[in-house]
Amino acid sequence: MVRSRAFSFSKIMLALGLLFLYLPMFVLIVYSFNASRLVSVWAGFSTQWYGELLRDRQILSAVWMSLRIAFYSASMAVCLGTLCAFVMTRFKRIRGHTLLSSMISAPLVMPEVITGLSLLLLFVQMAQTIGWPVDRGMATIWIAHTTFCSAYVAVVVSARLREVDRSMEEAAMDLGCTPLKTFFVITLPVIAPALVSGWLLAFTLSLDDLVIASFVSGPGATTLPMVVFSSVRMGVSPKINALATIIIIVVSLVAFVAWYLMRRSEEKRKRS
Amino acid sequence: MAKKLMPALLMARVRAVLFHRRVVFGIPFVWLLLFFLLPFALVLKISFSSAVMAIPPYEPVFSFVDNTFSVAVNFSNYLFLLSDSLYIAAYWGSVKIAVVATLVCLLIGYPMAYAMARASARMQLVLLLMVMLPSWTSFLIRVYAWMGILGNQGLLNNLLMWLGIINEPLRMLNTNFAVVLGIAYAYLPFMVLPIYTNLVKLDVRLLEAASDLGCRSLTTFWSITLPLSKAGIIAGSMLVFIPAVGEFVIPELLGGPDTLMIGKVLWEEFFNNRDWPVASSLAMVMLALLLIPIVLFHRFQAREMEKHG
Repeated sequence: MVRSRAFSFSKIMLALGLLFLYLPMFVLIVYSFNASRLVSVWAGFSTQWYGELLRDRQILSAVWMSLRIAFYSASMAVCLGTLCAFVMTRFKRIRGHTLLSSMISAPLVMPEVITGLSLLLLFVQMAQTIGWPVDRGMATIWIAHTTFCSAYVAVVVSARLREVDRSMEEAAMDLGCTPLKTFFVITLPVIAPALVSGWLLAFTLSLDDLVIASFVSGPGATTLPMVVFSSVRMGVSPKINALATIIIIVVSLVAFVAWYLMRRSEEKRKRS
Repeated sequence: MAKKLMPALLMARVRAVLFHRRVVFGIPFVWLLLFFLLPFALVLKISFSSAVMAIPPYEPVFSFVDNTFSVAVNFSNYLFLLSDSLYIAAYWGSVKIAVVATLVCLLIGYPMAYAMARASARMQLVLLLMVMLPSWTSFLIRVYAWMGILGNQGLLNNLLMWLGIINEPLRMLNTNFAVVLGIAYAYLPFMVLPIYTNLVKLDVRLLEAASDLGCRSLTTFWSITLPLSKAGIIAGSMLVFIPAVGEFVIPELLGGPDTLMIGKVLWEEFFNNRDWPVASSLAMVMLALLLIPIVLFHRFQAREMEKHG
Protein backbone atom coordinates (compact mmCIF):
# COMPACT_ATOMS: atom_id res chain seq x y z
CA MET A 1 0.00 0.00 0.00
CA VAL A 2 1.13 3.50 -0.71
CA ARG A 3 2.08 5.32 2.48
CA SER A 4 -0.87 7.02 4.01
CA ARG A 5 -0.42 9.88 6.39
CA ALA A 6 -2.26 10.03 9.69
CA PHE A 7 -4.10 13.20 8.65
CA SER A 8 -4.70 13.55 4.98
CA PHE A 9 -7.25 15.65 3.13
CA SER A 10 -9.37 12.61 2.31
CA LYS A 11 -9.46 11.40 5.92
CA ILE A 12 -10.59 14.79 7.15
CA MET A 13 -13.28 14.82 4.44
CA LEU A 14 -14.42 11.37 5.50
CA ALA A 15 -14.80 12.51 9.10
CA LEU A 16 -16.63 15.67 8.03
CA GLY A 17 -18.82 13.71 5.63
CA LEU A 18 -19.87 11.27 8.33
CA LEU A 19 -20.54 14.21 10.65
CA PHE A 20 -22.70 15.75 7.90
CA LEU A 21 -24.62 12.47 7.58
CA TYR A 22 -25.21 11.93 11.29
CA LEU A 23 -25.53 15.39 12.82
CA PRO A 24 -29.07 16.14 11.54
CA MET A 25 -30.32 12.77 12.82
CA PHE A 26 -28.63 13.40 16.16
CA VAL A 27 -30.37 16.79 16.39
CA LEU A 28 -33.74 15.11 15.79
CA ILE A 29 -33.10 12.63 18.57
CA VAL A 30 -32.10 15.36 21.02
CA TYR A 31 -35.12 17.51 20.22
CA SER A 32 -37.52 14.61 20.61
CA PHE A 33 -36.80 14.87 24.35
CA ASN A 34 -37.40 18.61 24.45
CA ALA A 35 -40.28 19.62 26.70
CA SER A 36 -40.97 22.68 24.55
CA ARG A 37 -42.88 22.55 21.30
CA LEU A 38 -40.44 25.02 19.72
CA VAL A 39 -37.09 24.09 18.23
CA SER A 40 -35.48 27.32 19.40
CA VAL A 41 -35.95 26.79 23.13
CA TRP A 42 -34.73 23.96 25.27
CA ALA A 43 -37.24 23.61 28.09
CA GLY A 44 -35.82 20.57 29.77
CA PHE A 45 -35.92 16.82 29.35
CA SER A 46 -39.28 15.20 28.80
CA THR A 47 -40.71 12.10 27.24
CA GLN A 48 -44.19 13.55 26.79
CA TRP A 49 -44.02 13.45 22.97
CA TYR A 50 -43.48 9.71 23.06
CA GLY A 51 -46.61 9.35 25.17
CA GLU A 52 -48.58 11.47 22.73
CA LEU A 53 -47.21 9.47 19.83
CA LEU A 54 -48.39 6.20 21.37
CA ARG A 55 -51.87 7.64 21.90
CA ASP A 56 -52.17 8.81 18.29
CA ARG A 57 -54.51 6.27 16.70
CA GLN A 58 -54.00 7.59 13.17
CA ILE A 59 -50.24 7.12 13.35
CA LEU A 60 -50.51 3.69 14.97
CA SER A 61 -52.88 2.34 12.33
CA ALA A 62 -50.65 3.79 9.59
CA VAL A 63 -47.65 2.04 11.16
CA TRP A 64 -49.52 -1.27 11.13
CA MET A 65 -50.59 -0.76 7.51
CA SER A 66 -47.04 0.14 6.42
CA LEU A 67 -45.51 -2.83 8.23
CA ARG A 68 -47.92 -5.27 6.59
CA ILE A 69 -47.36 -3.82 3.11
CA ALA A 70 -43.59 -3.83 3.62
CA PHE A 71 -43.67 -7.47 4.77
CA TYR A 72 -45.66 -8.69 1.78
CA SER A 73 -43.75 -6.53 -0.72
CA ALA A 74 -40.35 -7.60 0.58
CA SER A 75 -41.32 -11.28 0.49
CA MET A 76 -42.63 -11.12 -3.07
CA ALA A 77 -39.72 -8.94 -4.17
CA VAL A 78 -37.24 -11.53 -2.88
CA CYS A 79 -38.92 -14.22 -5.02
CA LEU A 80 -39.07 -12.11 -8.17
CA GLY A 81 -35.69 -10.50 -7.65
CA THR A 82 -33.99 -13.87 -7.14
CA LEU A 83 -35.53 -15.22 -10.35
CA CYS A 84 -34.29 -12.11 -12.16
CA ALA A 85 -30.84 -12.49 -10.66
CA PHE A 86 -30.71 -16.08 -11.99
CA VAL A 87 -31.66 -14.92 -15.47
CA MET A 88 -29.13 -12.09 -15.35
CA THR A 89 -26.21 -14.20 -14.20
CA ARG A 90 -26.90 -17.67 -15.57
CA PHE A 91 -29.12 -17.52 -18.66
CA LYS A 92 -27.14 -15.10 -20.75
CA ARG A 93 -28.22 -16.55 -24.06
CA ILE A 94 -31.96 -16.85 -23.49
CA ARG A 95 -34.10 -14.71 -25.80
CA GLY A 96 -35.26 -11.55 -24.05
CA HIS A 97 -32.31 -11.52 -21.66
CA THR A 98 -31.40 -7.91 -22.50
CA LEU A 99 -34.99 -6.71 -22.23
CA LEU A 100 -35.41 -8.32 -18.82
CA SER A 101 -32.11 -6.94 -17.52
CA SER A 102 -32.99 -3.41 -18.60
CA MET A 103 -36.51 -3.68 -17.19
CA ILE A 104 -35.21 -4.88 -13.84
CA SER A 105 -32.50 -2.25 -13.45
CA ALA A 106 -34.58 0.69 -14.70
CA PRO A 107 -36.48 1.23 -11.42
CA LEU A 108 -33.15 1.82 -9.66
CA VAL A 109 -32.89 5.28 -11.15
CA MET A 110 -36.41 6.02 -12.40
CA PRO A 111 -37.85 9.19 -10.79
CA GLU A 112 -40.58 8.12 -8.38
CA VAL A 113 -43.20 10.49 -9.78
CA ILE A 114 -42.98 8.75 -13.16
CA THR A 115 -43.24 5.24 -11.69
CA GLY A 116 -46.15 6.28 -9.49
CA LEU A 117 -48.07 7.99 -12.26
CA SER A 118 -47.55 5.15 -14.73
CA LEU A 119 -48.71 2.50 -12.26
CA LEU A 120 -51.78 4.49 -11.31
CA LEU A 121 -52.75 4.83 -14.97
CA LEU A 122 -52.33 1.06 -15.32
CA PHE A 123 -54.59 0.34 -12.35
CA VAL A 124 -57.25 2.74 -13.63
CA GLN A 125 -57.10 1.11 -17.06
CA MET A 126 -57.27 -2.36 -15.51
CA ALA A 127 -60.30 -1.40 -13.44
CA GLN A 128 -61.99 -0.28 -16.65
CA THR A 129 -61.15 -3.32 -18.74
CA ILE A 130 -61.16 -6.27 -16.35
CA GLY A 131 -62.93 -4.80 -13.35
CA TRP A 132 -60.01 -5.15 -11.00
CA PRO A 133 -58.89 -3.40 -8.80
CA VAL A 134 -62.22 -1.93 -7.73
CA ASP A 135 -60.64 0.08 -4.91
CA ARG A 136 -57.04 1.04 -4.84
CA GLY A 137 -55.32 0.33 -1.55
CA MET A 138 -53.12 -2.30 -0.01
CA ALA A 139 -53.09 -4.61 -3.04
CA THR A 140 -52.11 -1.90 -5.50
CA ILE A 141 -49.41 -0.53 -3.19
CA TRP A 142 -48.14 -4.09 -2.76
CA ILE A 143 -47.81 -4.54 -6.55
CA ALA A 144 -46.10 -1.18 -6.95
CA HIS A 145 -43.64 -1.78 -4.12
CA THR A 146 -42.88 -5.33 -5.21
CA THR A 147 -41.99 -4.08 -8.68
CA PHE A 148 -39.46 -1.47 -7.61
CA CYS A 149 -38.07 -3.47 -4.66
CA SER A 150 -37.36 -6.45 -6.94
CA ALA A 151 -34.79 -4.34 -8.74
CA TYR A 152 -32.79 -3.83 -5.55
CA VAL A 153 -33.10 -7.50 -4.55
CA ALA A 154 -31.89 -8.54 -8.02
CA VAL A 155 -28.77 -6.39 -7.65
CA VAL A 156 -27.94 -7.81 -4.19
CA VAL A 157 -28.62 -11.45 -5.11
CA SER A 158 -26.89 -11.39 -8.50
CA ALA A 159 -23.75 -10.01 -6.86
CA ARG A 160 -23.75 -13.08 -4.60
CA LEU A 161 -24.67 -15.53 -7.38
CA ARG A 162 -21.64 -14.47 -9.39
CA GLU A 163 -19.36 -15.54 -6.55
CA VAL A 164 -20.96 -18.96 -6.05
CA ASP A 165 -18.83 -21.92 -6.99
CA ARG A 166 -20.89 -23.79 -9.56
CA SER A 167 -19.09 -27.11 -9.30
CA MET A 168 -21.32 -28.20 -6.39
CA GLU A 169 -24.45 -27.52 -8.42
CA GLU A 170 -23.05 -29.35 -11.41
CA ALA A 171 -22.14 -32.30 -9.25
CA ALA A 172 -25.66 -32.46 -7.81
CA MET A 173 -27.18 -32.30 -11.29
CA ASP A 174 -24.83 -34.99 -12.55
CA LEU A 175 -25.90 -37.21 -9.67
CA GLY A 176 -29.50 -36.90 -10.79
CA CYS A 177 -30.91 -34.00 -8.84
CA THR A 178 -33.63 -32.05 -10.63
CA PRO A 179 -32.87 -28.35 -11.16
CA LEU A 180 -35.49 -27.47 -8.53
CA LYS A 181 -33.99 -29.78 -5.94
CA THR A 182 -30.48 -28.59 -6.74
CA PHE A 183 -31.63 -25.05 -6.13
CA PHE A 184 -33.17 -25.81 -2.75
CA VAL A 185 -30.45 -28.13 -1.47
CA ILE A 186 -27.28 -26.55 -2.86
CA THR A 187 -27.81 -22.99 -4.11
CA LEU A 188 -30.31 -21.67 -1.58
CA PRO A 189 -28.17 -22.21 1.54
CA VAL A 190 -25.23 -20.51 -0.17
CA ILE A 191 -27.15 -17.41 -1.25
CA ALA A 192 -29.30 -17.23 1.89
CA PRO A 193 -27.38 -14.27 3.42
CA ALA A 194 -27.95 -12.29 0.22
CA LEU A 195 -31.65 -13.16 0.33
CA VAL A 196 -31.87 -11.93 3.92
CA SER A 197 -30.12 -8.64 3.16
CA GLY A 198 -32.22 -8.26 0.01
CA TRP A 199 -35.37 -8.81 2.04
CA LEU A 200 -34.32 -6.28 4.67
CA LEU A 201 -33.43 -3.72 2.01
CA ALA A 202 -36.78 -4.23 0.26
CA PHE A 203 -38.59 -3.97 3.60
CA THR A 204 -37.02 -0.60 4.45
CA LEU A 205 -37.57 0.71 0.92
CA SER A 206 -41.24 -0.19 1.03
CA LEU A 207 -41.65 1.21 4.54
CA ASP A 208 -40.11 4.48 3.42
CA ASP A 209 -41.87 5.14 0.14
CA LEU A 210 -44.13 8.17 -0.02
CA VAL A 211 -44.44 9.19 -3.65
CA ILE A 212 -45.37 5.90 -5.33
CA ALA A 213 -47.76 4.93 -2.53
CA SER A 214 -49.49 8.32 -2.74
CA PHE A 215 -50.18 7.78 -6.43
CA VAL A 216 -51.47 4.21 -6.26
CA SER A 217 -53.27 4.35 -2.92
CA GLY A 218 -56.96 4.91 -2.42
CA PRO A 219 -58.90 6.52 0.41
CA GLY A 220 -58.83 3.34 2.49
CA ALA A 221 -55.10 2.88 2.77
CA THR A 222 -52.89 5.45 4.46
CA THR A 223 -49.28 4.47 5.01
CA LEU A 224 -46.95 5.92 7.63
CA PRO A 225 -44.96 8.17 5.24
CA MET A 226 -48.25 9.71 4.05
CA VAL A 227 -49.23 10.60 7.64
CA VAL A 228 -45.74 11.92 8.39
CA PHE A 229 -45.66 13.95 5.20
CA SER A 230 -49.02 15.62 5.72
CA SER A 231 -47.96 16.48 9.27
CA VAL A 232 -44.48 17.87 8.50
CA ARG A 233 -45.79 19.91 5.59
CA MET A 234 -47.24 22.19 8.27
CA GLY A 235 -43.86 22.55 9.96
CA VAL A 236 -41.76 20.99 12.68
CA SER A 237 -43.70 18.75 15.05
CA PRO A 238 -42.27 17.24 18.25
CA LYS A 239 -44.38 14.11 17.84
CA ILE A 240 -42.69 13.42 14.51
CA ASN A 241 -39.31 13.94 16.20
CA ALA A 242 -40.23 11.18 18.64
CA LEU A 243 -41.34 8.93 15.78
CA ALA A 244 -38.11 9.68 13.91
CA THR A 245 -36.06 8.75 16.96
CA ILE A 246 -37.81 5.40 17.26
CA ILE A 247 -37.32 4.70 13.54
CA ILE A 248 -33.63 5.66 13.63
CA ILE A 249 -32.95 3.52 16.70
CA VAL A 250 -34.83 0.46 15.42
CA VAL A 251 -33.22 0.63 11.98
CA SER A 252 -29.75 1.07 13.47
CA LEU A 253 -30.20 -1.89 15.79
CA VAL A 254 -31.55 -4.21 13.10
CA ALA A 255 -28.89 -3.10 10.61
CA PHE A 256 -26.14 -3.58 13.14
CA VAL A 257 -27.30 -7.05 14.18
CA ALA A 258 -27.79 -8.15 10.57
CA TRP A 259 -24.40 -6.76 9.64
CA TYR A 260 -22.69 -8.47 12.57
CA LEU A 261 -24.29 -11.86 11.87
CA MET A 262 -23.41 -11.63 8.22
CA ARG A 263 -19.84 -10.73 9.05
CA ARG A 264 -19.56 -13.78 11.28
CA SER A 265 -20.97 -16.21 8.74
CA GLU A 266 -18.71 -14.73 6.09
CA GLU A 267 -15.64 -15.20 8.27
CA LYS A 268 -16.68 -18.76 9.06
CA ARG A 269 -17.15 -19.47 5.34
CA LYS A 270 -13.74 -18.06 4.49
CA ARG A 271 -12.04 -20.05 7.23
CA SER A 272 -13.52 -23.38 6.20
CA MET B 1 -28.12 -37.89 -35.74
CA ALA B 2 -26.96 -36.57 -32.44
CA LYS B 3 -30.49 -36.73 -31.17
CA LYS B 4 -30.70 -40.44 -31.86
CA LEU B 5 -27.44 -41.12 -30.13
CA MET B 6 -28.62 -39.35 -26.99
CA PRO B 7 -30.26 -41.73 -24.56
CA ALA B 8 -33.91 -41.07 -23.88
CA LEU B 9 -33.19 -40.43 -20.23
CA LEU B 10 -30.75 -37.66 -21.03
CA MET B 11 -33.24 -36.09 -23.42
CA ALA B 12 -35.79 -36.03 -20.64
CA ARG B 13 -33.25 -34.34 -18.37
CA VAL B 14 -32.44 -31.70 -20.95
CA ARG B 15 -36.13 -31.06 -21.46
CA ALA B 16 -36.64 -30.69 -17.71
CA VAL B 17 -33.79 -28.19 -17.46
CA LEU B 18 -35.14 -26.18 -20.38
CA PHE B 19 -38.61 -26.19 -18.82
CA HIS B 20 -37.23 -24.88 -15.53
CA ARG B 21 -35.34 -22.20 -17.36
CA ARG B 22 -38.46 -21.07 -19.14
CA VAL B 23 -40.38 -20.82 -15.86
CA VAL B 24 -37.56 -18.97 -14.11
CA PHE B 25 -37.40 -16.54 -17.01
CA GLY B 26 -41.13 -16.30 -17.61
CA ILE B 27 -42.45 -15.28 -14.19
CA PRO B 28 -40.41 -12.10 -13.69
CA PHE B 29 -40.64 -11.32 -17.39
CA VAL B 30 -44.43 -11.31 -17.40
CA TRP B 31 -44.57 -9.39 -14.11
CA LEU B 32 -42.25 -6.65 -15.40
CA LEU B 33 -43.96 -6.52 -18.76
CA LEU B 34 -47.29 -5.99 -17.03
CA PHE B 35 -46.23 -3.68 -14.20
CA PHE B 36 -43.30 -1.86 -15.69
CA LEU B 37 -43.44 -1.66 -19.48
CA LEU B 38 -47.20 -1.56 -20.03
CA PRO B 39 -47.66 1.38 -17.59
CA PHE B 40 -45.22 3.44 -19.66
CA ALA B 41 -47.18 2.68 -22.81
CA LEU B 42 -50.28 3.92 -20.99
CA VAL B 43 -48.58 7.15 -19.94
CA LEU B 44 -47.61 7.70 -23.57
CA LYS B 45 -51.17 7.00 -24.69
CA ILE B 46 -52.81 9.29 -22.19
CA SER B 47 -50.37 12.09 -22.92
CA PHE B 48 -52.07 12.27 -26.33
CA SER B 49 -55.52 12.49 -24.81
CA SER B 50 -57.36 15.51 -23.48
CA ALA B 51 -58.76 16.14 -20.04
CA VAL B 52 -62.49 15.84 -19.42
CA MET B 53 -64.64 15.93 -16.31
CA ALA B 54 -65.21 12.23 -15.97
CA ILE B 55 -63.90 9.10 -14.29
CA PRO B 56 -61.17 8.54 -15.39
CA PRO B 57 -60.59 12.19 -16.28
CA TYR B 58 -59.35 11.80 -19.84
CA GLU B 59 -60.80 11.10 -23.27
CA PRO B 60 -60.17 7.72 -24.86
CA VAL B 61 -57.44 7.74 -27.50
CA PHE B 62 -58.51 4.55 -29.23
CA SER B 63 -62.21 4.13 -29.82
CA PHE B 64 -64.22 1.44 -31.51
CA VAL B 65 -67.59 2.82 -32.53
CA ASP B 66 -69.85 1.46 -35.30
CA ASN B 67 -67.26 -1.06 -36.38
CA THR B 68 -64.73 1.62 -37.12
CA PHE B 69 -61.55 1.83 -35.20
CA SER B 70 -60.45 5.39 -34.72
CA VAL B 71 -57.40 6.89 -33.11
CA ALA B 72 -57.69 10.39 -31.75
CA VAL B 73 -54.20 11.66 -31.18
CA ASN B 74 -53.72 15.23 -30.25
CA PHE B 75 -50.49 16.94 -29.49
CA SER B 76 -52.17 19.78 -27.67
CA ASN B 77 -50.66 18.80 -24.31
CA TYR B 78 -47.14 18.97 -25.67
CA LEU B 79 -47.88 22.27 -27.41
CA PHE B 80 -49.32 23.52 -24.13
CA LEU B 81 -46.10 22.62 -22.31
CA LEU B 82 -44.12 24.58 -24.89
CA SER B 83 -46.41 27.58 -24.77
CA ASP B 84 -46.35 28.00 -21.00
CA SER B 85 -43.02 29.27 -19.78
CA LEU B 86 -43.67 27.75 -16.33
CA TYR B 87 -42.98 24.23 -17.56
CA ILE B 88 -39.80 25.08 -19.43
CA ALA B 89 -38.61 27.01 -16.38
CA ALA B 90 -39.40 24.00 -14.18
CA TYR B 91 -37.42 21.60 -16.40
CA TRP B 92 -34.51 24.01 -16.52
CA GLY B 93 -34.69 24.58 -12.76
CA SER B 94 -34.71 20.84 -12.04
CA VAL B 95 -31.69 20.20 -14.24
CA LYS B 96 -29.79 23.13 -12.71
CA ILE B 97 -30.49 22.07 -9.12
CA ALA B 98 -29.74 18.41 -9.89
CA VAL B 99 -26.41 19.29 -11.54
CA VAL B 100 -25.31 21.48 -8.63
CA ALA B 101 -26.38 18.86 -6.07
CA THR B 102 -24.56 16.11 -8.01
CA LEU B 103 -21.37 18.20 -8.04
CA VAL B 104 -21.66 18.86 -4.31
CA CYS B 105 -22.14 15.12 -3.72
CA LEU B 106 -19.13 14.33 -5.88
CA LEU B 107 -16.91 16.85 -4.10
CA ILE B 108 -17.83 15.48 -0.68
CA GLY B 109 -18.26 11.85 -1.71
CA TYR B 110 -15.08 11.27 -3.69
CA PRO B 111 -12.63 12.07 -0.87
CA MET B 112 -14.82 10.02 1.50
CA ALA B 113 -14.73 7.00 -0.82
CA TYR B 114 -11.00 7.50 -1.31
CA ALA B 115 -10.30 7.49 2.42
CA MET B 116 -12.55 4.45 2.87
CA ALA B 117 -10.74 2.48 0.17
CA ARG B 118 -7.42 3.26 1.89
CA ALA B 119 -8.55 2.16 5.35
CA SER B 120 -7.73 -1.26 6.81
CA ALA B 121 -9.97 -4.15 5.76
CA ARG B 122 -11.68 -4.26 9.15
CA MET B 123 -12.21 -0.53 9.24
CA GLN B 124 -13.62 -0.57 5.70
CA LEU B 125 -16.53 -2.76 6.80
CA VAL B 126 -17.35 -0.45 9.69
CA LEU B 127 -17.15 2.64 7.49
CA LEU B 128 -19.30 0.97 4.86
CA LEU B 129 -21.98 0.30 7.44
CA MET B 130 -21.75 3.88 8.69
CA VAL B 131 -22.20 5.33 5.22
CA MET B 132 -25.09 3.01 4.31
CA LEU B 133 -26.97 3.21 7.60
CA PRO B 134 -28.55 6.67 7.08
CA SER B 135 -30.00 5.59 3.74
CA TRP B 136 -31.83 2.72 5.45
CA THR B 137 -33.58 5.03 7.89
CA SER B 138 -36.47 7.06 6.59
CA PHE B 139 -35.70 9.37 3.66
CA LEU B 140 -38.63 11.59 4.59
CA ILE B 141 -37.41 12.00 8.15
CA ARG B 142 -33.87 12.81 7.10
CA VAL B 143 -35.18 15.59 4.87
CA TYR B 144 -37.48 16.76 7.65
CA ALA B 145 -34.52 17.02 10.03
CA TRP B 146 -33.20 19.92 7.96
CA MET B 147 -36.43 21.87 8.46
CA GLY B 148 -35.60 22.19 12.16
CA ILE B 149 -31.99 23.10 11.43
CA LEU B 150 -32.42 25.63 8.63
CA GLY B 151 -35.57 27.46 9.76
CA ASN B 152 -35.58 31.10 10.84
CA GLN B 153 -35.93 29.97 14.45
CA GLY B 154 -33.81 26.94 13.68
CA LEU B 155 -30.66 25.58 15.17
CA LEU B 156 -28.20 26.97 12.62
CA ASN B 157 -29.55 30.53 12.78
CA ASN B 158 -29.52 30.44 16.56
CA LEU B 159 -25.97 29.19 16.55
CA LEU B 160 -24.77 31.83 14.09
CA MET B 161 -26.46 34.60 16.06
CA TRP B 162 -25.02 33.32 19.31
CA LEU B 163 -21.57 33.35 17.76
CA GLY B 164 -22.21 36.92 16.68
CA ILE B 165 -21.63 36.20 12.97
CA ILE B 166 -25.06 37.48 11.98
CA ASN B 167 -27.46 39.85 13.71
CA GLU B 168 -30.75 38.69 12.30
CA PRO B 169 -31.80 35.24 11.06
CA LEU B 170 -30.71 34.32 7.56
CA ARG B 171 -33.43 32.98 5.33
CA MET B 172 -32.18 29.48 4.56
CA LEU B 173 -35.24 27.27 4.64
CA ASN B 174 -37.53 27.53 1.59
CA THR B 175 -34.71 28.51 -0.75
CA ASN B 176 -32.89 26.74 -3.57
CA PHE B 177 -29.88 26.50 -1.27
CA ALA B 178 -31.90 24.31 1.11
CA VAL B 179 -33.04 22.11 -1.80
CA VAL B 180 -29.48 21.56 -3.04
CA LEU B 181 -28.32 20.83 0.50
CA GLY B 182 -31.20 18.42 1.06
CA ILE B 183 -30.54 16.50 -2.17
CA ALA B 184 -26.81 16.33 -1.47
CA TYR B 185 -27.53 15.08 2.04
CA ALA B 186 -30.11 12.48 1.04
CA TYR B 187 -28.18 11.07 -1.93
CA LEU B 188 -24.60 11.22 -0.61
CA PRO B 189 -24.40 7.45 0.19
CA PHE B 190 -25.37 6.65 -3.42
CA MET B 191 -22.40 8.67 -4.63
CA VAL B 192 -19.90 7.24 -2.14
CA LEU B 193 -20.75 3.57 -2.69
CA PRO B 194 -20.04 3.10 -6.43
CA ILE B 195 -16.86 5.20 -6.20
CA TYR B 196 -15.69 3.16 -3.22
CA THR B 197 -16.31 -0.19 -4.96
CA ASN B 198 -14.35 1.15 -7.90
CA LEU B 199 -11.42 2.52 -5.89
CA VAL B 200 -11.11 -0.58 -3.74
CA LYS B 201 -10.45 -2.69 -6.85
CA LEU B 202 -7.75 -0.31 -8.05
CA ASP B 203 -4.46 -2.10 -8.65
CA VAL B 204 -2.16 -0.72 -5.97
CA ARG B 205 0.91 -1.77 -7.94
CA LEU B 206 0.20 1.00 -10.45
CA LEU B 207 0.35 3.59 -7.68
CA GLU B 208 3.51 2.05 -6.23
CA ALA B 209 5.15 2.05 -9.63
CA ALA B 210 4.26 5.70 -10.09
CA SER B 211 5.66 6.70 -6.73
CA ASP B 212 8.81 4.59 -7.28
CA LEU B 213 9.34 6.44 -10.54
CA GLY B 214 9.21 9.71 -8.64
CA CYS B 215 5.62 10.75 -9.27
CA ARG B 216 4.30 13.11 -6.64
CA SER B 217 1.14 11.96 -4.94
CA LEU B 218 -1.03 14.66 -6.48
CA THR B 219 0.25 13.85 -9.97
CA THR B 220 -0.36 10.15 -9.33
CA PHE B 221 -3.90 10.96 -8.32
CA TRP B 222 -4.63 13.06 -11.41
CA SER B 223 -3.01 10.76 -13.93
CA ILE B 224 -3.83 7.32 -12.48
CA THR B 225 -6.43 7.19 -9.72
CA LEU B 226 -8.94 9.64 -11.15
CA PRO B 227 -9.05 8.25 -14.73
CA LEU B 228 -9.31 4.69 -13.43
CA SER B 229 -12.24 5.55 -11.18
CA LYS B 230 -14.19 7.14 -14.03
CA ALA B 231 -16.74 4.30 -14.08
CA GLY B 232 -17.50 4.78 -10.41
CA ILE B 233 -17.86 8.53 -10.82
CA ILE B 234 -20.30 8.09 -13.71
CA ALA B 235 -22.39 5.52 -11.84
CA GLY B 236 -22.50 7.60 -8.67
CA SER B 237 -23.37 10.78 -10.54
CA MET B 238 -26.19 9.07 -12.42
CA LEU B 239 -27.56 7.56 -9.21
CA VAL B 240 -27.76 11.08 -7.78
CA PHE B 241 -28.65 13.12 -10.87
CA ILE B 242 -31.51 11.07 -12.32
CA PRO B 243 -33.70 10.78 -9.19
CA ALA B 244 -32.80 14.36 -8.22
CA VAL B 245 -34.32 15.74 -11.44
CA GLY B 246 -37.68 14.18 -10.62
CA GLU B 247 -37.46 14.79 -6.88
CA PHE B 248 -40.70 15.81 -5.19
CA VAL B 249 -40.30 15.51 -1.41
CA ILE B 250 -37.20 17.70 -1.05
CA PRO B 251 -38.42 20.73 -3.05
CA GLU B 252 -41.81 20.41 -1.36
CA LEU B 253 -40.41 20.44 2.18
CA LEU B 254 -37.25 22.53 1.84
CA GLY B 255 -37.96 24.59 -1.28
CA GLY B 256 -39.76 27.90 -1.46
CA PRO B 257 -42.18 29.56 -3.85
CA ASP B 258 -39.33 30.33 -6.25
CA THR B 259 -38.17 26.70 -6.36
CA LEU B 260 -39.41 25.35 -9.65
CA MET B 261 -38.83 21.65 -10.06
CA ILE B 262 -40.59 19.37 -12.48
CA GLY B 263 -41.42 16.61 -10.00
CA LYS B 264 -43.35 19.09 -7.88
CA VAL B 265 -45.09 20.60 -10.91
CA LEU B 266 -46.14 17.11 -12.09
CA TRP B 267 -47.47 16.28 -8.63
CA GLU B 268 -49.52 19.49 -8.49
CA GLU B 269 -50.80 19.01 -12.04
CA PHE B 270 -51.96 15.53 -11.10
CA PHE B 271 -53.28 15.91 -7.56
CA ASN B 272 -54.39 19.55 -7.46
CA ASN B 273 -55.48 20.29 -11.05
CA ARG B 274 -56.47 16.68 -11.78
CA ASP B 275 -55.18 17.11 -15.32
CA TRP B 276 -53.93 13.60 -16.03
CA PRO B 277 -53.07 14.13 -19.71
CA VAL B 278 -50.85 17.13 -18.95
CA ALA B 279 -49.21 15.24 -16.07
CA SER B 280 -48.58 12.32 -18.46
CA SER B 281 -47.01 14.52 -21.09
CA LEU B 282 -44.85 16.13 -18.39
CA ALA B 283 -43.69 12.63 -17.40
CA MET B 284 -42.95 11.71 -21.04
CA VAL B 285 -40.86 14.85 -21.59
CA MET B 286 -39.00 14.21 -18.33
CA LEU B 287 -38.30 10.67 -19.44
CA ALA B 288 -37.01 11.91 -22.80
CA LEU B 289 -34.78 14.37 -20.95
CA LEU B 290 -33.40 11.63 -18.75
CA LEU B 291 -33.01 9.07 -21.52
CA ILE B 292 -29.33 9.77 -22.16
CA PRO B 293 -28.32 9.61 -18.47
CA ILE B 294 -30.40 6.44 -18.00
CA VAL B 295 -28.82 4.73 -21.02
CA LEU B 296 -25.40 5.80 -19.77
CA PHE B 297 -26.15 4.23 -16.40
CA HIS B 298 -27.35 0.98 -18.00
CA ARG B 299 -24.29 0.68 -20.20
CA PHE B 300 -22.16 1.07 -17.11
CA GLN B 301 -24.19 -1.53 -15.19
CA ALA B 302 -23.99 -4.03 -18.04
CA ARG B 303 -20.24 -3.54 -18.38
CA GLU B 304 -19.71 -4.02 -14.66
CA MET B 305 -21.71 -7.25 -14.80
CA GLU B 306 -19.74 -8.61 -17.73
CA LYS B 307 -16.52 -7.83 -15.93
CA HIS B 308 -17.52 -10.04 -13.02
CA GLY B 309 -19.67 -12.60 -14.76
